[in-house]
Amino acid sequence: MTALPLRIEASGLTKRFGGIAVVDAVSFQAHAGEIVGLIGPNGAGKTTLFNLLSRVLRSDAGTLLINGIDATRRAPHELATLGLVRTFQLARELDRLTVLENVLLAARDNRGERLFDALCRPAATRKSEHAMIQQAREALSIVSLAPHEAKPAAALSGGQKKLLELARCLMSGADIILLDEIAAGVAPHLVEEIVDLVARLNREHGKTFVVIEHNVGVISRLCSRVVVMAQGSVIAEGSFETISRDANVIASYLGQAA
Amino acid sequence: MESYLIAILTIAGIYAVLALALNLQFGMTGLINFGVVGFYGLGAYTSALVTELLGLPFAAGLAAAIAVGAVAGAAASGLSLRLSGDFLAIVTLGFAETVRLVLNNEDWLTRGPRGFIISTRPVPDTLGRDGASLFYLGLVLVLALVAFLVLERLRRSPYGRTLRAIREDDLVPATLGKNVFAYRLQAFVIGSVLMAAAGSIYAHYVQTITPDNFTTPIAILIWMSLVVGGAGNNVGAVVGALAVTAIYEGSRFLMPFIPWLNAEQMSALRFIIIGIALIAVIRFRPEGLLPEPVNLPPSRTAQSSTSQQQYQVTGGTAS
Ligand SMILES: Nc1ncnc2c1ncn2[C@@H]1O[C@H](COP(=O)(O)OP(=O)(O)O)[C@@H](O)[C@H]1O
Ligand SMILES: [Mg+2]
Repeated sequence: MTALPLRIEASGLTKRFGGIAVVDAVSFQAHAGEIVGLIGPNGAGKTTLFNLLSRVLRSDAGTLLINGIDATRRAPHELATLGLVRTFQLARELDRLTVLENVLLAARDNRGERLFDALCRPAATRKSEHAMIQQAREALSIVSLAPHEAKPAAALSGGQKKLLELARCLMSGADIILLDEIAAGVAPHLVEEIVDLVARLNREHGKTFVVIEHNVGVISRLCSRVVVMAQGSVIAEGSFETISRDANVIASYLGQAA
Repeated sequence: MESYLIAILTIAGIYAVLALALNLQFGMTGLINFGVVGFYGLGAYTSALVTELLGLPFAAGLAAAIAVGAVAGAAASGLSLRLSGDFLAIVTLGFAETVRLVLNNEDWLTRGPRGFIISTRPVPDTLGRDGASLFYLGLVLVLALVAFLVLERLRRSPYGRTLRAIREDDLVPATLGKNVFAYRLQAFVIGSVLMAAAGSIYAHYVQTITPDNFTTPIAILIWMSLVVGGAGNNVGAVVGALAVTAIYEGSRFLMPFIPWLNAEQMSALRFIIIGIALIAVIRFRPEGLLPEPVNLPPSRTAQSSTSQQQYQVTGGTAS
């Protein structure tokens, strides 16, 4: 069996808040082309693990490799360059920017974002921006937000804001996407759309996903492998069938959620 | 009367540059600079020292002011932006106060409160008094125009979009790969440079500067200009500076009608009038006279037919 390359390779990641290890020596891997589910009760440390993987928070211990490159001490903006982007549990749309601008922001290597080019190379800036606008419109139409491109992002509904975050991830071109409860608070028909979209991006574009989700249906349909966290630690790992039979998991999560 | 108008316009032009610079820092990037007068005063004194003590021409004074403004801006923002955002407000406030104290106390260099006299002027000798002040007004307007055009180009560019994103929520551009620290540093330094340049022009205009010319009331006028005009809008910053200068200077003409007020009370009254105008704007137009423009997307007709088709297909199934 030829092992697919590791996209995310974290070992011993630890984060303490006031002496309490909210993420406690967690090791986590995601291979190229996988959709990994990350589940666990509220407060298990799932979002904090995302914050460590995206370097939004600094880890107290442990190492992190993204696409084989050491990212243990990188600044958050370098992670996008290494190929990892994320969404936020509470959507962070930029209210006063238009929907299209929110997506354009995610463009990688847009010349006009450099001070010198913006000031001294207006023609090159316009050309690159033009290409980016086309890409951003494609990303918006993939998540069905194209008709809303000129609105300020503040005008979107809660579910649409989550889709906007997904469009930004697509625009970034990153091959690893972390989705934090992207279906929570989203209308059921949009949840279907998101699930289909994630499956398609994974299948057709080979994108790797890590998905935090409470909706068991979404997890079972999407994920080839599920990691279960409770109280800062990984307590089980395997296919959805395996973990749903695991006594520990049932006790700490599935039983509680039911 | 006419020469008075030219004088007011000259000062308004200088304030417009300061307001434009603050608009880049605060209006677009969300950086709080309470030390506008620190950079302004530093530019003024740098330019004065270089021209008067070293005997160099005005251009050298202006260049030195710009260089010192850049270094001071980089130091103040570089130190504090690594920490939290609120830290910058405190550091800039402390910076302005430090500049004022140094100007007041190092009088072997600055002549302290007695004032520093400047004879170098960027005006041809052949012009008469009126011609010279008109020429100077033109010079100020050129600086204001250059500042406006540069900042407006930045605002409309993808660079400006990134700055506004940082202002809204810095975590989002950071996780999308933007070096937030570098953007903030650049925006702050460009603003500081413009403030120092305005200081240089001001110094050679009034020809006598004292540390009192660079105290907090001026910073308050500039902040008011931006808030009244519309933070995030370059035209608003200029309109705000004109309006605030007009109210502040125009209220001088009230003096004959209220002879029972002494000069100090009068100057307080002028600030009260501006304060009332500010409250009225915040009450009735919280985003300022000219709110930040929305960058509407370009029309789709300019786009290729393939993406248009894709849009129509998905647009049909959406909602
Ligand atoms: N910035 C923070 N400061 C202190 N405690 C935090 C912070 N962020 C998260 N926590 C705590 O860490 C624990 C795990 O939180 P989180 O990672 O959000 O859990 P999950 O996403 O699994 O619901 C919770 O008990 C939460 O209160
Ligand atoms: Mg969470």
